[in-house]
Amino acid sequence: MNVMASVSQWDQLIGPDRVHGSLYTDPAIFEAELRNIWYRTWVYVGHESEVANANDYVIKSIGPQSVIMTRDEQGKINLLLNRCSHRGNQVCSFQKGNARSFTCPFHSWTFANDGRLVGYAFPDGYEGQDKSKLALGRVARVESYRGFVFGSFAAEGASLKEHLGGAAETIDRLVSASPEGEVEVTAGFLKHRVNANWKFILENECDGYHPAFVHTSIFNVADSAIGTLYGGKSTALTRDYGNGHTEIDLRPEFRKRDAPMSWFGTSTERLSDYASRMNAAYGESRARQIMIDGTPHVMIFPNLFIAEIQMFVIQPLAVDDSVQHVTALQFKGAPDLNRRLRQQTMGSVGPAGFLLADDSEMYERCHRGVLARNPEWVFLGRGERREGRDADGFKVGHVTDEVPSRGIWRHYRSLMEAK
Amino acid sequence: MLSPESSATLLIAVTAFIYKEARLQDEHQYEAWEALWTDDGVYWMPANGDDIDPEKEMSIIYDNRSRIALRVKQLLTGKHFTQTPQSRLRHFVSNIELMDQEAGGDIAVASNSLVFESSLRDDTIWAARNEYRLRYVDGELRMAYKKVTLVNNDKALYTLSFLI
Repeated sequence: MNVMASVSQWDQLIGPDRVHGSLYTDPAIFEAELRNIWYRTWVYVGHESEVANANDYVIKSIGPQSVIMTRDEQGKINLLLNRCSHRGNQVCSFQKGNARSFTCPFHSWTFANDGRLVGYAFPDGYEGQDKSKLALGRVARVESYRGFVFGSFAAEGASLKEHLGGAAETIDRLVSASPEGEVEVTAGFLKHRVNANWKFILENECDGYHPAFVHTSIFNVADSAIGTLYGGKSTALTRDYGNGHTEIDLRPEFRKRDAPMSWFGTSTERLSDYASRMNAAYGESRARQIMIDGTPHVMIFPNLFIAEIQMFVIQPLAVDDSVQHVTALQFKGAPDLNRRLRQQTMGSVGPAGFLLADDSEMYERCHRGVLARNPEWVFLGRGERREGRDADGFKVGHVTDEVPSRGIWRHYRSLMEAK
Repeated sequence: MLSPESSATLLIAVTAFIYKEARLQDEHQYEAWEALWTDDGVYWMPANGDDIDPEKEMSIIYDNRSRIALRVKQLLTGKHFTQTPQSRLRHFVSNIELMDQEAGGDIAVASNSLVFESSLRDDTIWAARNEYRLRYVDGELRMAYKKVTLVNNDKALYTLSFLI
C-alpha cells in the first residue's frame, strides 16, 4: 500500500471507534510516522535539570535519531544532531558530561556546544570554505515548558504552548507538588525495550481499563489501594485534551478520601518535612489541596508520559522495536518525598518492575496478535455512548472508557493526513 | 561469623550454595529461593554502570528483604503475566572466587554467570558479574547480599522478570 497516496487511505484505516491492525505493524506506515509525527511536531527531548550547568550535555533522542542536548556557555539549551557535518560520524559517544566542544574522532572536526564548526584538521585544504555552513545539524525549534524541553524539526508551526493546549495545566499541577515549584530529573533512566509498536505503549498509558486485570498479581499481594481507582465504581475520569494529549484524572477519588498524601499511599505524618515545606510555600489551605489531589497521570503526545511519581519517554526505533526510558520524578525541595519516589519507582517500573514487566508483556503480545488479520480491526468503542464534556469543554469518560485512545487516533489521523 | 573451615573447604561450600541457588532459579522454586536469604537480605541489580549509588540513582532491582518477599509473592500468584508461562532458563555459573574477607564479617564471594532465557518473545542471553555476601545461620549458608551487574546494564534491556 502506498501510505502517502491520499487522505482517503487514512480514512479507511482509522474510524471513530476502531483502527486497522496494520497501523501497528506496517513498516511503510512507521516511516510515514517518522516524517509526519516525530520529525515534525513537538516531541519531548529532555529536562533542563539534566544540563544544569554551563557546558553540560546529555544524549537524548527523537525517534531513532541521537540528539545531543547541551547548555552552552551563555546558558542556552541546544538540541544538536549527533552527526558530523563532514562524513556523518557520531561526534559524541558518551551518555553525558561537561564539554565546551565536541571533536569528531574521524577527521578531527571540532564543534562548539552550540553547534558551530570551530575548526578542522589541515585547514588549508578548505580554502574559501564558509565554516558557518558546516555547523552540526540542529532541531529547528527548541522550547521549554516549566523545565521540560521539547523540540520540533519543523522550522515553522504551532508554538509549544499551542501544542500543549489544555494539557499544559497538568504540568503546572505537577510542578506544584514541589515546594519550590520545580521538577528535577536527576535519578538516571532505566531503559526498557519491547518488541512492539510504540503506539501500544502510547495508548496504554491512559488506558484505565487494564489495571484491574494486567496488574492483579501485584495489587493482590501488595495491599495496594490502586485497584479501586480503576474499578467499575470509580469516579475517576479519562480525558482527551486534544492534540493527542490524554489524561486519567484520579482527583475525584482522591478528593473523596480527603486525606493529604493518600494519593501516594502515605500521610503527612510520615512526610512531615515535606508537608511543612509545602505549607510554608503555598499556605496551609492550598498546600492541603495539592497534597490531596496528587500529581497528574497524563500522556503528552507523542512521547512524554507523566505517571504520578515517575516519567516515561517513549522512543520508537522500528515498527516493532521501542524503548521506554523511565525515571523517578524528583521535586525540588522535597528530600523525604524524593527518597520514597525513587524506591516506589524502582519497584514498579523498568525491566524487572512489578507493574511494567506485565504492561510490556501485553505490548509484545498485542503486537504479535494484530499480525493476525481476522478481525482486521482493533475495537476502541468502550464508553463511546457515554462520553461527556468537562467544564473546559474537553471530552471526558469513565476511567475505564477508551476516550484517550479515540482522542489519540483522531489527532494521529490529522497529522498523517497533513501534507 | 566466618566458619572455621579452611579456605578450600569454604570454597566448596559456597560453590555448592551458588549452584543450588542457580538451580532453584532455573526451576522457578520461588519459595525455596527466598529461604536462601537472611532476614536483612538486599538484592541489587544496578543500571547504567557498576558502582552507582542505589540510594540516589535508579537501579533495575533494589530490593530490601520485604520487597524480595513481595517479588516472590507476585510470582506465586500465577497471574504475573510476564512469567505466565514461565521463562525456560539455564544459569551457567563460573569464576567462583572467595574475595577479601573482613574478620568476623560475612563471606564475600563473586562469580560470573550466563543465563539463557527462552520466553514467548524470543531467546535472550544475559551475562552478569555476581557479588555475594554469605553468612552461616544455624549452620546453613544464607545470602545477605547479592549484587547482579549485567554487562550491558547501560543499554535498553528487555523485560527481566525471572529470578537472576
